[in-house]
Amino acid sequence: MSEPKIDGFELKPGFKGMASDTASDQTMFKGVHWGKAMMWIFLLSDTFVFSCFLISYMKGRGSTPVEWPNPSEVFALEAFGVPVPLLLIALMTFVLITSSGTMAIAVKYGYEKNRKMCGWLLLATALGGLTFVGMQAYEWSKLIHEGVRPWENPFGAAQFGSFFFMITGFHGFHVSIGVIFLFIYTYKVFAGHYEKGKKGWFTKLKGDYVEIEILGLYWHFVDLVWVFIFAFFYLW
Amino acid sequence: MSDEYDNNKSYQAQSSEVMDGSTGSVNPDIDYVRPSEVGEQELYHPHSFIEKWVFCQDAKVIGVQYFLTAVFTGVVGLILSWLMRLQLGFPELAGFMTAEHYYQFVTMHGMIMVVYFLTALFLGGFGNYLIPLMVGARDMVFPYVNMLSFWMFFVAVAVLMASFFVPGGPTGAGWTLYPPQTILEGTPGAGMGILLMLISLSLFVIGFTMGGLNYMITILQARTRGMTLMRMPLTVWGIFTATVLAMLAFPALLVSAIMMTLDKVLQTSFFMPTILKAGEVLEYGGGSPILFQHLFWFFGHPEVYIVALPAFGIVSDLISVHARKNIFGYRMMVWAIVGIGALSFFVWAHHMYVSGMNPWFGFFFATTTLIIAVPTAMKVYNWILTLWRGNIRINVVMLWCLGFIVTFVNGGITGIFLGNVSVDVPLSDTYFVIAHFHMVMGIAPLMVIMGAVYHWFPLVAGKMLDEGLGKWHFWITFLGAYSIYFPMHYLGFIGVPRRYFEMYDSPYMTSAVGMNEFISIAAFIVGAAQFILIFNIIKTLKTGKKAEQNPWKANSLEWYTSSVPPEHGNFGDRLPVVHRWPYDFSVPGAKEDYIPQTTAPSEVIHTEVEKT
Repeated sequence: MSEPKIDGFELKPGFKGMASDTASDQTMFKGVHWGKAMMWIFLLSDTFVFSCFLISYMKGRGSTPVEWPNPSEVFALEAFGVPVPLLLIALMTFVLITSSGTMAIAVKYGYEKNRKMCGWLLLATALGGLTFVGMQAYEWSKLIHEGVRPWENPFGAAQFGSFFFMITGFHGFHVSIGVIFLFIYTYKVFAGHYEKGKKGWFTKLKGDYVEIEILGLYWHFVDLVWVFIFAFFYLW
Repeated sequence: MSDEYDNNKSYQAQSSEVMDGSTGSVNPDIDYVRPSEVGEQELYHPHSFIEKWVFCQDAKVIGVQYFLTAVFTGVVGLILSWLMRLQLGFPELAGFMTAEHYYQFVTMHGMIMVVYFLTALFLGGFGNYLIPLMVGARDMVFPYVNMLSFWMFFVAVAVLMASFFVPGGPTGAGWTLYPPQTILEGTPGAGMGILLMLISLSLFVIGFTMGGLNYMITILQARTRGMTLMRMPLTVWGIFTATVLAMLAFPALLVSAIMMTLDKVLQTSFFMPTILKAGEVLEYGGGSPILFQHLFWFFGHPEVYIVALPAFGIVSDLISVHARKNIFGYRMMVWAIVGIGALSFFVWAHHMYVSGMNPWFGFFFATTTLIIAVPTAMKVYNWILTLWRGNIRINVVMLWCLGFIVTFVNGGITGIFLGNVSVDVPLSDTYFVIAHFHMVMGIAPLMVIMGAVYHWFPLVAGKMLDEGLGKWHFWITFLGAYSIYFPMHYLGFIGVPRRYFEMYDSPYMTSAVGMNEFISIAAFIVGAAQFILIFNIIKTLKTGKKAEQNPWKANSLEWYTSSVPPEHGNFGDRLPVVHRWPYDFSVPGAKEDYIPQTTAPSEVIHTEVEKT
């Protein structure tokens, strides 16, 4: 059985393959689209941004002289007259993770050149993201209503409000950017830009369905970050 | 050891990378290079003057744009340093300057030189110009994003410069921007100044990220046929590793800038402890100023290497070309660059020995700091061994390189002093520290920049810079820089503190005053000498001698473009095919003393050594 080849270059499995790819000419990541490699490296950099935020949060929470509020009380939502801890967050997380699923299927249909299905699934992903941002806005307004501010907090340490609004805000900003792009790409896919070879608005270069996968990478990353924020803010 | 070749055996011209180990038998496929994996890059060619020279997508133009903008900020930084030296050396002449002004100049000088001058110049300037040419690509892989990167940097510079003109002036908190004093009333520029600084830094990070993604992907995924990673010029390796560092270190700066902005604007207390001011408790409380220091230096120390690694790479290439000898220990040099880059993430707290952190932390960080000396020293030895028995041409470029090696060793040795906690504590915040980091990351990289300008100017402009003026420029700068920074070590030893507006009647006054005057005069002269280069460039552009295609007889791809200066797309109809590393100089038996990277093995394999 012979290994797959790219233009005369034999792709070997495992660590040996990694070494021979690295030692080869032209590309290090064989067959990987430039844009995809770029997104991976951008996400690595963005991981450092979120890590810095979360490590700062841990340090801030650990060193504040005032007691930290109890998350299951602060984030409780009243349903049918009973306060249920983390209800809203559970819903938000569910919606966001589901949208990751629709995104993944959209990528699959994109590569199969199934334009309609890809478009609908992108739209579903965008709406999922929008719902998430909407629920986050609701949560923010609820907390603000209860008197939590970036600079103060009736439940305990002021840093709780500071870190909460900053980090969920920064994540929500990422989601919002993603939603905007999801809508743009929904339009592009429905309008058949890739089939027609229409040139990009800014870059003036032709696109390809790989762009859907690149957008998908970003979207999954945003979901993954949410899982960490969820764990650090709501479960700790 | 002798210079004679063994005459009994006929030598064959070969480079380390070409032969398959069997000398004599020629493999018929020896010239074979795998076909291209990636198709031709689609390029958008400009249609108007604005698209060609202003919002340009050609990496070479973007490189020059970065270069000029960075040089402009550098000149501002230079003028600020003059004003500081005027105050320190001749306070009676600097009556217009208040203590607030002085702190603002110190801060802006530091921030401008480190971030907006050196980083932008090396990565944005040299990176953009040289990476696609040296790896044999048509352009950066995302030309549009690359254009945005420059304009984001331009806006960042504009915002930074605007802070000179806002009420209260620019921030005067020191370039490290330590809270809590940075954003408290009483520090100069604690209003608009610091805000603009933080915004400008954030914009810089965003702009750099766009550029950095381009540099990395171009190097990893868009090399030409035959160009393996281990055949890349060290310049590319230096810029690449520095970019990786920047991509991982700038996030910490971005995060600390965002948090401090919130502390300033929304009265949050991320970095602000409880503060008593004139008997009144401020609204802040419960934050950690040390957290800022950790975040800042997690960015700040890799930043040193973001500046230094491209300089290491470039100087290796310059030395090799102008000593007509292959770089000694190429692979070792590559691994040293990578190793220094990796280690630079584990040393940040050596900037914080006096911050009151746990002493075991200091112990750990002193150890890692001293370990960095190992790969660094390897590089210095390799530069010297490259020169050893080389066919050295003492031209302006070589002078700058030699100046670099000496200066870098100097600054490196004082770094070993400061890396040890027990030596650092008495020396911290004295002029010794100033002398150390100016030598090692100010003057040394600057010398490389100068050498690189003289080296690559014929490529960029197609004309040769004047050697005579260049030698004046070098000698004044070199001797002058030593006149400035050598005495500063002494000032540090006698305990003169840095960042002091004046010494009043302190005991330092008597012994330091004459030296301060001397340093200031030297600083004025060295600063003025830099305008020789600007004059030289203008003069050369007007009346200079036209350069030939490859004036230094170098091997790397940037000199083998279809036209000089290279046009959009770099290499004409066909991309070059690479057969060897770029350091085949003075190969025994070869007709010329250099073999370009594009020369196929079969073209040189039968050349025999003549009896010498």
